[in-house]
Amino acid sequence: MIEPRMDLGPHLDGNVLAGPLREIFAMDVTAATSRCASCGAVGAVAALHVYANAPGMVARCPTCEEVVLRMVRTPDAAWLDMRGTVSLRIPM
Amino acid sequence: MARAAVPGRLTWRVAKLAEARTETPTARTLVLDVPGWPGHLAGQHVDVRLTAEDGYTAQRSYSIAAPADGDRIELTIQAVPEGEVSPYLIDVYGTGDPVEVRGPVGGWFVWRPTSMDPVLLVAGGSGIVPLMAMIRARRAAGSRIPFRLIYSVRTPGDVYYADELRRRARDDAGLDVTYAYTREVPEGWPNPPHRIGVADVNTNGWPPALTPDCYVCGPTGFVEAVADILVALGHDPRRVRTERFGPTGG
Amino acid sequence: MGIVTPGFRGRPRSSGPDLPPGQYLTHDFPVLSAGPTPRVPMDRWEFVITTETSRAHRWTWADMMALPSETPTVDIHCVTKWSKLGTTWQGVSLDTLMSDVDTAADYALVQSYGGYTTNLPLTDLLDGQAWLAYKFDGEDLHPEHGGPARMLIPHLYFWKSAKWVRGIQLRFDNEPGFWETAGYHDYGDPWREQRYQGD
Ligand SMILES: Cc1cc2nc3c(=O)[nH]c(=O)nc-3n(C[C@H](O)[C@H](O)[C@H](O)COP(=O)(O)OP(=O)(O)OC[C@H]3O[C@@H](n4cnc5c(N)ncnc54)[C@H](O)[C@@H]3O)c2cc1C
Ligand SMILES: [Zn+2]
Repeated sequence: MIEPRMDLGPHLDGNVLAGPLREIFAMDVTAATSRCASCGAVGAVAALHVYANAPGMVARCPTCEEVVLRMVRTPDAAWLDMRGTVSLRIPM
Repeated sequence: MARAAVPGRLTWRVAKLAEARTETPTARTLVLDVPGWPGHLAGQHVDVRLTAEDGYTAQRSYSIAAPADGDRIELTIQAVPEGEVSPYLIDVYGTGDPVEVRGPVGGWFVWRPTSMDPVLLVAGGSGIVPLMAMIRARRAAGSRIPFRLIYSVRTPGDVYYADELRRRARDDAGLDVTYAYTREVPEGWPNPPHRIGVADVNTNGWPPALTPDCYVCGPTGFVEAVADILVALGHDPRRVRTERFGPTGG
Repeated sequence: MGIVTPGFRGRPRSSGPDLPPGQYLTHDFPVLSAGPTPRVPMDRWEFVITTETSRAHRWTWADMMALPSETPTVDIHCVTKWSKLGTTWQGVSLDTLMSDVDTAADYALVQSYGGYTTNLPLTDLLDGQAWLAYKFDGEDLHPEHGGPARMLIPHLYFWKSAKWVRGIQLRFDNEPGFWETAGYHDYGDPWREQRYQGD
């Protein structure tokens, strides 16, 4: 199995998740620190690479480009998949 | 869709256009009235949702340009050619017309007047918007934290808030403003037009040893280039905060 | 429905009898991406069908080019609501690729370079319904549209037509893919508007 070279596409910053996440959570999650489940890199959710031209928002680790979290908004539900993050540290 | 508000979560509120100002031939500032606006931090943004008569909706993010004035917030919109939303907001959207907004949001790309570190702001085009909010918040708080702004524009006519920036650079002690022109320079300008480079950032920014907080905002390619320069110059990547303006929604 | 903003129309769009419910016609070809675009060198590209007994059938680029190709003209429907009519492709029918594959599997999990996956019943890959496509509009498929090769399964929403495809796993069980695990419909028939789970 070969690993292809990746061209970083036109992504945005995790900041853009702030609105959609505030629809779910009572506080701002983008200022939280997340740890990537794939490579262990630690950083602000706001600094993730977000691909938003897609059926949902896909936030990737800026170090290894693996998926850290995904969010899909359907008409009557929000789907949040965080299996790519080991932990979230939310400042209180 | 009507829905009971859950405490703490954000839902959409109706905002109405109170007044508008032309910034450049392709940019307009919208002053929105948002009843019950809770206030915000400099650098935060709102999501704006527009609904057409047949129920079709489009949603975009816009940075807030100034500290809140009661229930009033300001956005500045740049026309993106062939854009679905920005040309509408500039050419058609009229006084008293409603839009829906969700915000303020974002707790990372923000500057707080209690912060004690020097600040470097690097703006590309419309990327000035949240950085101007920081300059205005600094002034409003009477802060003396040293600020430097490097503002990259195509031509002198593309500068947003031109008069105010001139005034603030003169009157606000500790604020330095420099411009980088990519297409056309003012008369008598010492350098030819060029894309922002290491020399611009090195000369007009802060040395990394001062541990400045760096805020970089603008189109994706611009942000990428400037963030790389800052890190190459020795700035701690964790102190380089970025906000890429770009398309959202499929 | 939210508050109407007077005079806002949005992107020009039309609906019509040729379009599945809730879809709008587009004339350009929007690029959707959930991640970086993989660049796969042709000399190392391969396509692998793995059966439920772990038997692997492999094709190099040259192997694939040696197979008979077809040029389907089809309508495509993206779950983000745009549809594009009469698009012309060139590729190898999955019937051709599957002809020597001995399987009793019911489901397929399509896998891409870059990690993307999507699932569907195996029957939806057969009988002239699916292609491994490498040309669009007579030109080599651009990487942003899934080149060197992508799936083309036009009777389902376009997220099933995986870009940068590297292989297909045939399975007894139905393993949900990238979007199917995040709220999107397991099958995705545009004519029945199966966008989200529960539709
Ligand atoms: C967090 C955040 C804050 C933002 N703040 C502001 C702000 O303060 N002021 C402001 O004017 N914009 C801001 N933007 C950008 C804004 O959200 C829209 O992307 C922009 O107004 C274009 O929308 P549109 O509907 O007109 O264009 P679309 O119809 O979405 O796009 C039309 C075409 O232009 C391209 N395009 C879209 N956006 C851009 C862009 N920004 N630059 C270059 N090409 C583009 C698209 O890929 C497409 O090809 C912000 C974006 C983000 C993510
Ligand atoms: Zn990682």
